[in-house]
Amino acid sequence: MKIIKFLFAGIFFGIVLVKSEAVSWYRIFEMFKFQSFHMYGIIGSAVVVGVIAIWVIKKTRVKSIEGQEIELSPKDKSIPRYLLGGIVFGLGWALAGACPGPMYILLGTGVMTMLLVIAGAILGTFVYGLLRDKLPH
Amino acid sequence: MHFVDDVSLWYKSIDMEILLQPWPWYVTGPLIALTMVLLIYFGKNFGMSNNLRTLCAIGGGGKFADFFKFDWKAERWNLTVLIGAIIGGFIAVTFMSDGSVIDLNPQTISDLGVLGFSDAGNTLVPSEIYSWESALSGTGLLILIGGGFLVGFGARYAGGCTSGHAISGLSNLQWPSLVAVIGFFIGGLVMTHFLFPLIFGS
Repeated sequence: MKIIKFLFAGIFFGIVLVKSEAVSWYRIFEMFKFQSFHMYGIIGSAVVVGVIAIWVIKKTRVKSIEGQEIELSPKDKSIPRYLLGGIVFGLGWALAGACPGPMYILLGTGVMTMLLVIAGAILGTFVYGLLRDKLPH
Repeated sequence: MHFVDDVSLWYKSIDMEILLQPWPWYVTGPLIALTMVLLIYFGKNFGMSNNLRTLCAIGGGGKFADFFKFDWKAERWNLTVLIGAIIGGFIAVTFMSDGSVIDLNPQTISDLGVLGFSDAGNTLVPSEIYSWESALSGTGLLILIGGGFLVGFGARYAGGCTSGHAISGLSNLQWPSLVAVIGFFIGGLVMTHFLFPLIFGS
């Protein structure tokens, strides 16, 4: 059962995000109002630990669980897609108060209307797929 | 047997109350990084919004755009993370919560009051948006589906979301991810400061 470890990773992620309150619409609002350090602390400490962890992974050339080289592919060098796509994403993040991880986690906490947000997100992804060649990247 | 006794003593000495209360940022931030490290160690990348593309592919999106023509079975691991996240959300509120309110800044609560939100912080999401009654009103439906649409469209356009760019990308020192995160904030600030008063203010 190679796949079961991913289930546990997801369960862990879901618990951590609820207990951090990062899944809360109110915390996202408070963050964009610069009225609390809470969300900045979460993202900031995650990135600090993440930078160190990835540095160690690269330095020690540690192998994955299946014994393969770990490859972290660099992102494409471009400005428009990241800036424009990022702005669109940010508008939705603040409005729905949920990003693509928390929308499922919140469903698990019993917020069933989140299904509408998820449906919207699938639709948005689909429309992006249709328009992809016409957008600046 | 000494070891077992020691472990059980240690376990009993943990104040379980601490687990039931909200966890501080300096605990949860590193634990989010640990999630990313686990997935890297499993040979994958941390990126939740990729699942939306996979769901489009499963639904037959490949008939409409090449963007959805790929072997979605290779993405089953990420859908499994998604299912785990749903279960994790259930476990956290059902077994690991003492029902404490979210300790928001009083100014935030008062600002939300002006926008028509009462009881800020008593639940994870505001009933003014997420109750079925609000959700199925005309504006409510537009807010939820529209908000989701922007998140889905923007995440794929930007090539990632909070997990892919803000956590994984920044941790790997990718400047495109920094551009994306700056974009997230421009969008979020415009929505919160300029559009919220138009959408929610009366």
